Order: sequence, then structure tokens, then C-alpha cells
Amino acid sequence: MQGDSQALLSVRNLRIEFPTRRGTLVAVDDISFDISPGEILGVVGESGAGKSLTGAAIIGLLEPPGRIAQGEIILEGERIDNLPYEAIRRIRGRRIGAIFQDPLTSLNPLYSVSRQLTETIQTHLPMNDKQARDRALELLDEVGIPGAEERIDHYPHQFSGGMRQRVVIALALCAEPRLIIADEPTTALDVSIQAQIISLLKRLCKDHGTAVMLVTHDMGVIAEAADRVAVMYSGRIAEIGPVQEVVRAAKHPYTHGLMGSIPHIGHHVDQLTQIEGSMPRLQEIPPGCPFNPRCEDVTDRCRVERPNLQPAEHSEVACHLFDGQTAEVQVNE
Amino acid sequence: MIAFLVRRLLQAIAVMAVVALCAFFMFQFVGDPVNQMVAEDATAEDREYLREQLGLNDPIPVQFANFALNAARGNYGVSYQHKRPVSALILERMPATLELAVTAAIMAALLGVPMGVYTGLRRHGFMSKLVMTLSLIGISLPTFLIGILLIYLFAVILGWLPSFGRGDVIKMGAWESNFLSVSGLKSIILPANTLALFQMTFIMRLIRSEMLEVLRTDFIKFARARGLPNRAINYGHALKNTLVPVITIIGLQLGSLIAFAIITETVFQWPGMGQLFLQAVQVVDIPIMSAYLILIAFFFVVINLIVDMLYYVVDPRLRVDQPAGGGHG
Repeated sequence: MQGDSQALLSVRNLRIEFPTRRGTLVAVDDISFDISPGEILGVVGESGAGKSLTGAAIIGLLEPPGRIAQGEIILEGERIDNLPYEAIRRIRGRRIGAIFQDPLTSLNPLYSVSRQLTETIQTHLPMNDKQARDRALELLDEVGIPGAEERIDHYPHQFSGGMRQRVVIALALCAEPRLIIADEPTTALDVSIQAQIISLLKRLCKDHGTAVMLVTHDMGVIAEAADRVAVMYSGRIAEIGPVQEVVRAAKHPYTHGLMGSIPHIGHHVDQLTQIEGSMPRLQEIPPGCPFNPRCEDVTDRCRVERPNLQPAEHSEVACHLFDGQTAEVQVNE
Repeated sequence: MIAFLVRRLLQAIAVMAVVALCAFFMFQFVGDPVNQMVAEDATAEDREYLREQLGLNDPIPVQFANFALNAARGNYGVSYQHKRPVSALILERMPATLELAVTAAIMAALLGVPMGVYTGLRRHGFMSKLVMTLSLIGISLPTFLIGILLIYLFAVILGWLPSFGRGDVIKMGAWESNFLSVSGLKSIILPANTLALFQMTFIMRLIRSEMLEVLRTDFIKFARARGLPNRAINYGHALKNTLVPVITIIGLQLGSLIAFAIITETVFQWPGMGQLFLQAVQVVDIPIMSAYLILIAFFFVVINLIVDMLYYVVDPRLRVDQPAGGGHG
């Protein structure tokens, strides 16, 4: 694992639980990862794999009864998961921005775009109305809204979906956060708009040196935008590594299956590979490796012993298949 | 905006015309007014003469046209019972009812809105649960019972407040007001509370459920993710989004407060329009009944018009940019 010193965000052994009447459900189970400054980390996985929850936990917006049961979240060397509400509120928007899935519902329909922008700017930065409005105009310009001067006083319903997502991005960038959590930022958009938004996000983050945690279930988006990718399954990280390596040479059988299910232009196949079965529900996660009932390479050990993340080439993989390769280097686990 | 207003005004006029028609037919169906007006030993000629005088022999459409024109001019005929113009009778009583209803509405809104916000935000808090439980009383107890209970407690047992009437009213021109004398103010407390209690609990529960709804929306989550302070989110973003349904309800409730203050007015012997109407019903004083009907309809129409315009102010999505010439229909 990377050293904490250079990481912008460091998530350590995070465990998110939902206490219910029938016992505690573990939605995110002991995951650790780092995000370096300016890096785009893609987080993929099926619905319910825990990727959005991880994002919500980082910005302190887990919805009760969900709670962080264990682990630490460290932003620029400072632990933020146990801060009081006011302190974490000041971090949200200022140091960690967020973009949500549906631009149609992310904006308050009753407030003009300028009001929502200036309100956010003035919450975090010491600016008067004029300065805040100028900054809002700059931001709208920067996210590619034509005629910002005129459009700024419009209301959300007067913008198209793609334009609204640009406004949402402008809102996330208001106070120049070092990290943006983008939770499925393109899922609700038309395919043609998706590419625009992703390249916009990529460009802005490069210009501002902003790191992004890009949560999505779209491998295409990951391949296009991310530097590194974390594959989540049943609340755990199955594989994490540089995007090229994970996409081209997936190691974990789950990632492998995931990649096989994506059609490639120019390669003729009669049938795409599919992974039999479905991800277990939270109350039915099997012991050992959560993927074992669906895995083609399953061994007896997989049914009993939980695999931990371990280095394999430039990636880290949580699979017993890769134990032997690195047995001699395993010192810290 | 202008096109919208014109359209709404036309609708309002249509509604009023229909109500006038109903009021007019009351004269046709609720007995023969001549019976009420002539002496018992009147001859057939006397009756016929009176019919002619009152225009009762004209064709029905002509009668209605006359009726509607008179009504529009504020002329509702002469009360059978009081032998005075109905409009004067109603105008005398209107300030009492309006002061009572508006006081009740303001009390209900001033208490109901913050309580609704509070119980919406802290829905698991002890105070919220207490308030919600108590509010069931306000919702379920009939108004007259609340009135009687209040009278029993504050007028009979404690003797703090008068149990009936308006107290000393001060005249300002044609308007008799409760608000300028101590006894007037004391008199309005019990009936206004009686009338406000249901409305207040109603508004509170409405705001609470709307708040719960709005607080779950994505834009509230996004507002939190942007680090906005709670006060701005709860009282700005969230509360404003509950307003459209709340304005609708408060508007309609104000109409009902005016129209159905009858019960409260009866319990407290409040000399308002409701009492006038009840007395009119007892003696089949049709001019008063029909004028009251038209007047109440008028209040509803005006309040609705105001509510519609408030929507316009609150919700920009309704301010549709109509292309030039798009104002028809």
C-alpha cells in the first residue's frame, strides 16, 4: 500500500454497518485505498457493492442508520471521519466537492443558478455579492455554458440535462476543493452527452489539480477517465490498480468476468461472457471470498478463508490464486 | 403573466356566474317568497300585485339577468325578516367574521409553520412526538367541543375571559373593530383559538410531511454536500419547496374559516355573518341566504386567485416563457 504521507485521501480499514432488527448488515467491509493529489480513481462495481456508500462516508453524509463501525478516513493527514458535524460541514464543498447522479434533481428548482452558486461560494470563501457573482460567471464559463452572463439568472428547469450537470460541476468546483467525489455523474445522461461531461470533468481536474473519486458501474467511463481503478464486490475491494492493467490484464476472476462482458469493436464474438448468478445480498454474503459461489476457479480454501488484498504486478488483488506469487514479499500483513 | 391573469379572471367570472345561478334558483325552489311577505288575509289581487312588483312574473332568463346585474352591483334585495337591504346587513356583520377568521388564520400559520418545520427536522425527538400526539386532539376534536371546553376552562372556572360576544367594539368608519379595546381583544381570544386550533394542527402536520418529503430529495443532499449551513438548507431550500402545497391549503382553509366560522360564531354568540346566515335559514330569509352564498363564493374565488398568483411568485417553473402571441387559450 502507498504511504500516507503523499496521499490526499486515505481510507483505512473502513467498515460501514447498518444495524437492523435482524442483526447488523455489513455494507462495506474493511476496505482501504488511497487517492493521490490530482489522481482520478475509478470505483466500479454492481449496484449494492458499496461504492456510493463509501463516497457518502467520506463526505460524512451516510444516511442513518448506516454508520462507520470501524476504520479511518484521512484527508491531507487529518482524520475526518470522527469530526463533529460543523467541522465536517466546513470540509464539504470546501475541501471535498461532490457531484451526484441525477442533474435533473440535484439542483433546487426554486432557486436561480446564480443564487445556488453564490450561496455556495459565500459559504466557503470570504467574498461580497459582486465578487461571488463574478466567480459564479467564471465557473459557468469554465464548465462550458454558453452565454453565461445571460444564463446565470435562469432557473434549473430552463437548462437541459447535460447543461444542468455542467452547473452541478460548477457548484462542486465553487471553492476549489482538492477532491471531488463524483457518484455516477453520467449515468442519467444521454450517451452522447456522457462523453462530453467526462472529458469536461477530466479537463477541469487537470487544470485545477483536483483529484476525483469517480464512482460508476460503467467500465467505459473508467477506461476513458481514470488513472487507477478499484473494483468492488460485496462491500470489499476485489482488485485495485492502474487502469490499463486492470482493464487489459484483469487478475481477479470477477474483474476478468466483468471485462469479458464488455463488447469490443472489431472483435467478433458470438456471445459475450457473462458471470453466472448475481452478487449476494448483504445478509447472505458467504464466508471466505464473497465471490466464491460464482467463481470458476473456486477452491476449498476460498469457502473458508477470506482473501486479503495483496500485490500482484502493479495492482493489488484479493484472491487466493495470487498468494503463491508474492508469498515471500508478504511482510506487513 | 398578463395573459395568465386575464385567463384566471375569466375563469373567476365564470365561477361567479354559476354560483349566482344557484343562488337565483334558491328563490325558485325554496318556497314562494310572496307567502313570506304578505299578510295571512291578503287577497289574490294583493299577491298578484306584489308578484308584479317583485318581477316574479317575468320570464326566468330575464329574472336571472336582473338578479345577476343587481348582485354585481351589491344589491341583494331586502331581507324578509329584517326588512332592510341585505347588503347593509351583511356589511354590518362582515368585520366581525373577517377579524375572527383572519386572526385565527394568522395564529394558525404563525404557530403551525414553525412547529411543522421543527417536527419535520427532529422527527424522533421527544418534543416532536409529544407535539404530534397532542396535535391529534386538534385534528379530531370537533370545533364546537373545543369551544365549549375553552369556555368552561377560561370563562367558567378561571373567569379570565368573556364567554360570548365581541366586547366593546370601536368604530372606524363603517368597520367595527375588536382590536382597539381591551375587552374587544379579550373577547376575540377564545373564539379565535377555537377556530385556529384545527387549522394550526392541520398546517403543522402538512408542513411536517412535506418537509420529510423534501428532505429526502437529491437537491437537499446536494446542498449538504456543498457544505451549506443547516439553517440555509432547512429554512431556505427545504421550507421554500414545501410552500406550494402549503399556500394552497392555507388559502383554502382561510376560505373555510370565513365560511364555516358559523359554528364558532354560534358557540360564542359572535355577531358575524355566520350567525346572520343561521338566523336566515331558520326563517327562510332567502335574500340573505343567496347573498351569503354569493359572498362566500366570492371570497373563495378571490383567495384562489391570490393563491394562484403566489404560486407564480414561489415557483419559477410556472413562469413559463410564453412565446409572443402564445397567450391565447
